[in-house]
Amino acid sequence: MSQAAQVQHAPEHPTSTGLDNRKVLMWLFLGSDCLFFGAFIATYLIHFGKSLTGPYPHEILDIPVTTISTFVLLMSSFMFVLSLSAHTRGDYRAFRAWVLCTVLLGCTFLGFQVFEFQEFAHKGLTPRTNLFGTTFLTLTGFHGAHVTIGVVWLMSLFFLSLRGKLGADKNLSVDIAGLYWHFVDVVWIVIFTVVYLSGVAAGAGGG
Amino acid sequence: MAHQPASHQARPHEPAHPTPATYAKVAASLGIITGIEVVIFYIDALRSAVIPLFFLLSIVKFALVAMFYMHLKFDARLFSGFFVGGLLLATAVIVGLIALFKTIFI
Repeated sequence: MSQAAQVQHAPEHPTSTGLDNRKVLMWLFLGSDCLFFGAFIATYLIHFGKSLTGPYPHEILDIPVTTISTFVLLMSSFMFVLSLSAHTRGDYRAFRAWVLCTVLLGCTFLGFQVFEFQEFAHKGLTPRTNLFGTTFLTLTGFHGAHVTIGVVWLMSLFFLSLRGKLGADKNLSVDIAGLYWHFVDVVWIVIFTVVYLSGVAAGAGGG
Repeated sequence: MAHQPASHQARPHEPAHPTPATYAKVAASLGIITGIEVVIFYIDALRSAVIPLFFLLSIVKFALVAMFYMHLKFDARLFSGFFVGGLLLATAVIVGLIALFKTIFI
């Protein structure tokens, strides 16, 4: 057996916390990623209402469309917990089916985002147009990048499972991928509220 | 909400995660709350209270996903500490910058 294979199949070793180091590392990463998005949200908020030229948020943001894409992302999280549950039970066929559903919903969300960005570009909003365009597109663009990474990660789980390389001993790998996916979901919950709903409501009210 | 102790045999040293039925209830709650947000958005009578209401509903949705889908309610407290610590720091950054630039639409 090669060294790589030995490492891959090495048994779990005890840690001082009693917790698996990989899961601890993922939670630390998610905690730091909160700061990453916090900085972008703060940048959006401090520049809100300071654009010298349009288009402005309440003129361009489409709440019904974004509500649908938000619902799609929320449901993708639901699909993934079902896949984790199936994997934990040892039902790998169901696991692959739910992961594929999660990937499809993730791609649908990305499709909504591409559509939205194209619409904005047609209406004259680009990162160079005004402060709203710069801060909004940077924030939502980085979120979209996170979703894209998540989709690639979930696809890799699907193919690993298809090749029989994601057995019961890899349950933690599925759990960790799920943490990342749900984090992307909770970040969107904040963006939808702060940028879309509150931004449009404040803008329409003369803010 | 109900648990399924026997369903987590892949990692028996970790606490049990919720059942699919519990996950479905959480998903339904998330969908309903999102619907309520949109309804509130279009009610003119609530215009003055709309932003605090959005934030309140958003916190509920955030907590539901973190507690049940990310299993923070069931996993080790250390994980909650890392995540809440990051959240608090991020909130401090947002509040600090808003105070520094003296701008807010709320």
